[in-house]
Amino acid sequence: MSPKTLYDKIWDAHLAHEAEDGTSLLYIDRHLVHEVTSPQAFEGLRMTGRKVRAPEKTIAVPDHNVPTTEGREDPAQMTEESRIQVAALDTNAKEFGVHYYPVSDVRQGIVHIVGPEQGWTLPGMTVVCGDSHTATHGAFGALAHGIGTSEVEHVLATQTLIQKKSKNMKVEITGKLMPGVTAKDITLAVIGETGTGGGTGYVIEYCGEAIRDLSMEGRMTVCNMAIEGGARAGLIAPDQTTYDYVNGRPHAPKGAQWEAALTWWKTLFTDEGAHFDKVVTLKGEDIQPVVTWGTSPEDVLPITGVVPNPEDFEGGKVEAARRSIEYMGLTPGQKLTDIEIDTVFIGSCTNGRIEDFRAVAEVVKGKKIKDGMRAMIVPGSGLVRLQAEEEGLADIFREAGFEWRLAGCSMCLAMNPDQLSEGERCAATSNRNFEGRQGYKGRTHLVSPAMAAAAALTGKLTDIREMM
Amino acid sequence: MDKFEKLTGIAAPMPLVNIDTDMIIPKVFLKSIQRTGFGVNLFDEMRYTRDGAEIADFVLNKPQYRSTEILVAGDNFGCGSSREHAPWAIADFGIKCVISTSFADIFFNNCFKNGILPIVLPQEQVDVLMADAEKGENARMTVDLEAQEITTSDGEVISFEVDSFKKHCLLEGLDDIGLTMEKAAAIDTFEAAAAQARPWV
Repeated sequence: MSPKTLYDKIWDAHLAHEAEDGTSLLYIDRHLVHEVTSPQAFEGLRMTGRKVRAPEKTIAVPDHNVPTTEGREDPAQMTEESRIQVAALDTNAKEFGVHYYPVSDVRQGIVHIVGPEQGWTLPGMTVVCGDSHTATHGAFGALAHGIGTSEVEHVLATQTLIQKKSKNMKVEITGKLMPGVTAKDITLAVIGETGTGGGTGYVIEYCGEAIRDLSMEGRMTVCNMAIEGGARAGLIAPDQTTYDYVNGRPHAPKGAQWEAALTWWKTLFTDEGAHFDKVVTLKGEDIQPVVTWGTSPEDVLPITGVVPNPEDFEGGKVEAARRSIEYMGLTPGQKLTDIEIDTVFIGSCTNGRIEDFRAVAEVVKGKKIKDGMRAMIVPGSGLVRLQAEEEGLADIFREAGFEWRLAGCSMCLAMNPDQLSEGERCAATSNRNFEGRQGYKGRTHLVSPAMAAAAALTGKLTDIREMM
Repeated sequence: MDKFEKLTGIAAPMPLVNIDTDMIIPKVFLKSIQRTGFGVNLFDEMRYTRDGAEIADFVLNKPQYRSTEILVAGDNFGCGSSREHAPWAIADFGIKCVISTSFADIFFNNCFKNGILPIVLPQEQVDVLMADAEKGENARMTVDLEAQEITTSDGEVISFEVDSFKKHCLLEGLDDIGLTMEKAAAIDTFEAAAAQARPWV
């Protein structure tokens, strides 16, 4: 048998049907659902009299619209439209009988944090969700990608997805990371290298010593942003770190089932000599703490850099860079560490897990955020929030002047009341710096949690290494 | 879904690269639970001022491009979020074909589910079509899906590739779910075997 990549193996294990032209039906093990991209899909089922084929494999949770302030059970905290969307998910989850974590449930949170936390996401699975950051689940060695609402309806009705196989891409991070460099810096540095379209048509497998050394939280951060590099899915082969994270979670297998699962999971790696269509290698030691200066995640530079000149680019990127720099209110040649910020957002499916908050606490413990700074920390789930409180992190945040919020997507995409106002500038641990992403004419600089924490203290984009 | 056969219409140029789905339809408009009505907010933040007035120099606001049916766009069109509201907004505006050097995968797939034909061409050919689109309302391009050919206003013919299954579905206006349901037996068989092999799933 010819050697296979990890992606090949998972693909082959889920191929329910393949037509002569390669159009395939891929069986889906887990379908995650949130309130924004599902109402039209459920409505489609209703109009055609179709049922959810596998409600036991379907998990729903509201996250995009939900307020993150205390007392959010009060409907007055949401706009009428947000209320309708969340109510529609309530109704659909009940009517179609899928697993559901309502806003009132302590386990509620961002769908990509809840799935792994509850043990729904397991190695070797196929996982889809009407959300591009589904790539997150690839950290477990699960083939996970975002789908559109028509595909959500297709999966609900058939538990399969019509797919053509993607190409294989290997991203290897060799060696060790330097102090102050995190999973977020890895994933941004890779996008800086490949561009936002570099992964289009590929499934990425991240490997190498620096990836192996990451915790599950860090691996989720890396895979989360595979989509920002254009790849629908990012994968990391499961290992002991993965098994230790999964073991004992509510929906993880137990007893003999656990042993059987483990036996299969241990076969999930890329065979020696398997073919990759594209290979990118970065040295772990070369990666520095990074920050984005523009309005595309590929607009990334080491924090020690300066705002580039649009003329330094080629082709269509010249105009895009000019537009970005104008939108961001920056000047070519300006030092990145001279950029003043007024808002800090720490959270999201990229960096809203316990390890991220521990990193923040380490930086801000016993200190105060800069006067006038608006700084909020939004846990990725109710359980992350509880754990942070038990570990004393929440007290550190409050004492430093942060707002300590309830779980949700929050200011990552600002569909709830957490938004930037026109001209406000934010250091954010989220995943997109697009125009208007965090609020109309708001300006976003993507950074790691530690860098966001440092910026909250100094009021400027800051090299975390100078505070260590 | 409406069938896509042969389209002759006005093409508009949007040479900007990395046009993301937040630009195509900002999140404030994602709160509808319908599939229609998004066209008026297509490219909202580029198209209108904060108080709702049209921005005159935005391409789709120019008189000659108000009935655009074909968009010629910069590289990596549709990157970002998976929101199908983006192709819904494009279709609702009346655009049925988008041409670029590359598209983000999820957006690309979403187009086909909504009767929109996304066409990928090399840079030189996109440059030719971009220049043609710059001419305004007299530049009416023809996109013939059956023949897989685009004809510019000058009569230049450019052929394009399209996945055969997706082409078939667009030409016939087929519903994917109905097609897959015809393969229910294969899904049943797979599901039963998978439940044996991986009972923990």
